[in-house]
Amino acid sequence: MKVEPDPDSAREPIIEFRKAGYRLPNGQSLLEDVSVAVGRGETLALLGRSGAGKTTALKLINRMLDPSDGEILVEGKSTLRWDAIALRRHIGYVIQEIGLFPHFTIEQNVSLIPRLEQWPAERIRARVKELLSLVGLDPDTFSRRYPHELSGGQRQRVGIARALAVDPPILLMDEPFGALDPLTTGELLKEFQQLQRRLRKTIVMVTHDVGESLLLATRIALLDGGKLAGIFSAREFLSAQEPVAAAYVANFRMYEEAERANEPH
Amino acid sequence: MSLIDFFIRHQREIGQATLEHIWLVGISMLLAVALGVPLGIIVTRHPWLSKPILGGANIAETIPSLALFGFLLPVPWLGDRADRLVITALMLYALLPIIRNTSTGISSVNAAVREAARGMGMTENQILFQVELPLSVPTILAGVRVATVLTIGIATIAAAVGAGGLGEFIFRGLAMVNDQLILAGAIPAAALALLADFILSLLERRLRPAQS
Repeated sequence: MKVEPDPDSAREPIIEFRKAGYRLPNGQSLLEDVSVAVGRGETLALLGRSGAGKTTALKLINRMLDPSDGEILVEGKSTLRWDAIALRRHIGYVIQEIGLFPHFTIEQNVSLIPRLEQWPAERIRARVKELLSLVGLDPDTFSRRYPHELSGGQRQRVGIARALAVDPPILLMDEPFGALDPLTTGELLKEFQQLQRRLRKTIVMVTHDVGESLLLATRIALLDGGKLAGIFSAREFLSAQEPVAAAYVANFRMYEEAERANEPH
Repeated sequence: MSLIDFFIRHQREIGQATLEHIWLVGISMLLAVALGVPLGIIVTRHPWLSKPILGGANIAETIPSLALFGFLLPVPWLGDRADRLVITALMLYALLPIIRNTSTGISSVNAAVREAARGMGMTENQILFQVELPLSVPTILAGVRVATVLTIGIATIAAAVGAGGLGEFIFRGLAMVNDQLILAGAIPAAALALLADFILSLLERRLRPAQS
């Protein structure tokens, strides 16, 4: 089951890469000539090996990096014309290491941006409760705890709650389920799928996991060596001729084959 | 006359000198923190300034204290009063550990924490005051502790230029070859250093944020 975007809104791009590239100051190119549009409510997976440019592409969206070539439009406006702070508060951001503030309680972590935006205290308290419940954490149990008192999976939930705090229309996720044990990852993936269906955010997620991409993404952008190797729907990806995509699929199928080989005859 | 009798008989003078000593060190440390922490922050923001700032503080650190007092003597406003001169010199000595620990504290904040802060849309100032500095407090305090202990020792030399403090007894004792006088300065100075070390390390531990 996947989230099907509303056909009308899918045509209106909320994020658009136009021949975007990024080079390091020393001239080394990390991303080259990437063009892709992400429709409102869509989930785009950036899939590729380490060093393929996935994270670079993600960071171009919220101006953690500025493009060396081309441009990226968010809500129809070039990121360079956005105020970086305003842009980032318009976009939720979840990274693999989560980066919870160790000196803040869970409540303070989640409410950081609402506090900076000077929401009234009452509204902040209600929002924290709502968000923690949304990600499956009991507010009464967890609000006053510190990040180091939580398990990896719980911390990742807090990271997602924090990114959703001011209800941004866009969510960027950099291997959000990467550093967890497989069972925890599975649970979180399933819950996140539910969340995705309810919230209808536009999501761009970096991953090197085919299963995760197939489960969550409406489309998969395959990156290889800093270049876009192709954009596929889940169905297209599974039967793609493109060699890197085919290699990913073959690798993914390995598990099914193992399963078949062990079936009783 | 035993040492204890000596201390009891001269308790007023010793107390007075101890207070002077605390005052000299206290003011110097306040100034050193007020100057050193911002300099430490600047060092992390503009790495090219790191060499001149840390280098300068390093040089101040290596000048023998008596010589530093001598160098500062002809400086117009500073040389006019002994306490001004001494406070300036002590502050210069205290700077290096404070600058260095401030910059170390800030640059050792977890990169993921900083990236998350930036990615969420915190401004540079918000990141500094709400994330980096609070997480650096224990490291900065450790620098203040080292600087305080160092300064309490060096401040005994302040008596050489007439700024008072516990050094008075030490210099007088040296001149008169009187061990009890020397100890009347040295023991309270050592006790002061130990006490400052103890109090600041308690504070350091209390302010250490919860860490994973």
